[in-house]
Amino acid sequence: MKGLEAFRVAFDALRGNRLRSLLTMLGIIIGIAAVIVVVSIGAGAREQIESQVEGLGSNLVLVVPGQLDTANPGQGAAAASPMQLSDAAVLGAVVGDDGAVTARVSSAAQVRAGSREGYVTVQGSDQNLPYVFTRPVDQGEFFTQGDVETRQRVAVLGSATSANLFAGADPVGRQITLAGTRFRVVGVLAEQGESFGVSQDNEVHIPITTAQRLFGIDRVDAFAVKAPSAADVPALSRGLRQALREEYPDQEFSAVTQTQILGVIGDILGLLTAVLAAIAGISLLVGGVGVSNIMLVSVRERTKEIGLRKALGARQRDVLTQFLVEAVLLTSVGGVIGIVVGVGGSLLVNSLSPLPAKVEWWSPVVAFVVSAAVGIFFGVFPARRAGRLDPVVALRTD
Amino acid sequence: MTAADTEGSTGTTGGPGRGPAIEAVDVTRSYDLGGTVVDALQGVSFVVAEGEYAAIVGPSGSGKSTLMHLLGCLDRPSSGVLRVGGRDVLELDDAELADLRNREIGFVFQSFQLLPRSTALDNVGLPLLYRGTRRSERRELAEASLRAVGLGHRLTHRPNQMSGGEQQRVAIARALVGSPRILLADEPTGNLDTRNGAEVMRILEELNAEQGVAVVLVTHDDEVAGRARRQVRVRDGLVERDTALEPPGTPRVTATARHAAAEQGA
Repeated sequence: MKGLEAFRVAFDALRGNRLRSLLTMLGIIIGIAAVIVVVSIGAGAREQIESQVEGLGSNLVLVVPGQLDTANPGQGAAAASPMQLSDAAVLGAVVGDDGAVTARVSSAAQVRAGSREGYVTVQGSDQNLPYVFTRPVDQGEFFTQGDVETRQRVAVLGSATSANLFAGADPVGRQITLAGTRFRVVGVLAEQGESFGVSQDNEVHIPITTAQRLFGIDRVDAFAVKAPSAADVPALSRGLRQALREEYPDQEFSAVTQTQILGVIGDILGLLTAVLAAIAGISLLVGGVGVSNIMLVSVRERTKEIGLRKALGARQRDVLTQFLVEAVLLTSVGGVIGIVVGVGGSLLVNSLSPLPAKVEWWSPVVAFVVSAAVGIFFGVFPARRAGRLDPVVALRTD
Repeated sequence: MTAADTEGSTGTTGGPGRGPAIEAVDVTRSYDLGGTVVDALQGVSFVVAEGEYAAIVGPSGSGKSTLMHLLGCLDRPSSGVLRVGGRDVLELDDAELADLRNREIGFVFQSFQLLPRSTALDNVGLPLLYRGTRRSERRELAEASLRAVGLGHRLTHRPNQMSGGEQQRVAIARALVGSPRILLADEPTGNLDTRNGAEVMRILEELNAEQGVAVVLVTHDDEVAGRARRQVRVRDGLVERDTALEPPGTPRVTATARHAAAEQGA
């Protein structure tokens, strides 16, 4: 029996039992669709984060205290920072441009303007932040070096905070109260967008000197350094670490680059996606067991047909092929429907929910191959049983 | 033997000097039913010549079903020699046996055994599917075969759209489509009324006479068996009587013969 004939015979058999074929396929459809949706959401999330981190500039180096192992995030937690504001000059000397270094302390606090209030991230930063992080100012101006040196109580708002506190009105020149201290708003930063439905613009920037006094600290959490180009990043990272180690001989420092951050996020997301896809894959496995089960029932039901075919000259191999092709047809048609449902579902998730989803071109291909393989794997056992039936016994069955 | 040899021997169908269609020498078949060995056949010998018309008669439990399975190459003997179409069945593996069935034997069953969802054409073409015949050629041969049994107007009908007699004729067309040397009919009239049964018997006789295919009829019905030129009577796993081994003129013990005798006596 030739391949095409086997497909025709199998197709006829499946069509003869439409409802059962459809229900059997359902297991495969759900499994394949679930895997595709999960993989798409994982890919979409990865892409979104990559574009956000890349938006910061691929030649950004973050200098933090402690030994940060990017291969094992969570280990080597940040040590108490020994870094001082004066270190900015040291780092500036390494990169050859004082303007390419910006210091940062971060905290969170209650903010109030008139009767409106909210909870925001407070960033103590300096005049170099808009250049280093590529954050354009939308309204007003960023605070100046003079403001930093004289500890002015001035604030630059994130776009979300501005909208929250002033509801569209121009906030420049207005007053806000941050942790009980009054600040004058001098500018608003351009919108940065949201990640996973969470706004990145709910923040207030104040001069780092003011922030240190406000929070009663004298450390700097981190320095961000902008390298002249991406090619300079590795050498610059070493130089920055070296310079700080000379300042603080018994301390360790880490220079974290965008690519490292990307790598860590990518690894975490990849792991998460793999775990979820594996869970979805279990439903595919269950679907495969269903196919096996139905094929066994089918072999038993069609014992007489098998006996007849053998009497008319079908070899063991012919009968085996017939039932195997039937199982593979069942799962691969189910697979194709699952692909359509999965791709459609991913597009729906992308447009109707805050979750990003991006269908990877290879996921339908892999899904199809896997569903066909499931058919072969779970079809072999029933098909072998059919092929080995004794025609005498099979013909006698009523 | 290879497939090419089989091809060659099929090509000389009907030529003189060929061996018998079926040759059984002291064939036995026993089954092991959970410890108890049942001897269904205890040494059966007979020969069916090319183009012969023979009936195997016997009551149920006589071993005639076992014998039919052996003759149809659906099973192998426990001992003895069984040659079907010149090939020793015990020397063939499963695939070769399937091939032998496909080329040399046409089956007609009591319960027709048609595929319910397939048309008459597809049912008849089934043996050719396993011979690797192309679809278009299969259809042609199947159509010719259906016309030969007078069903040219039922080509695309399904079994449930046909009468029992028509279904059995489809089965005969299927048995013949591959031009086998032997036609094995197992109680072919068992599920039919008298008129359809007679029609089926007439077709079998016609095929035997015109196409020279050897017909082996397996039945418990003396009247049906009586229409064959030769009867092989089986009882308790042995050949009780074979009319071919008796001198001509010996009266046949059949229902028709008894009828005739009774009428003459009256």
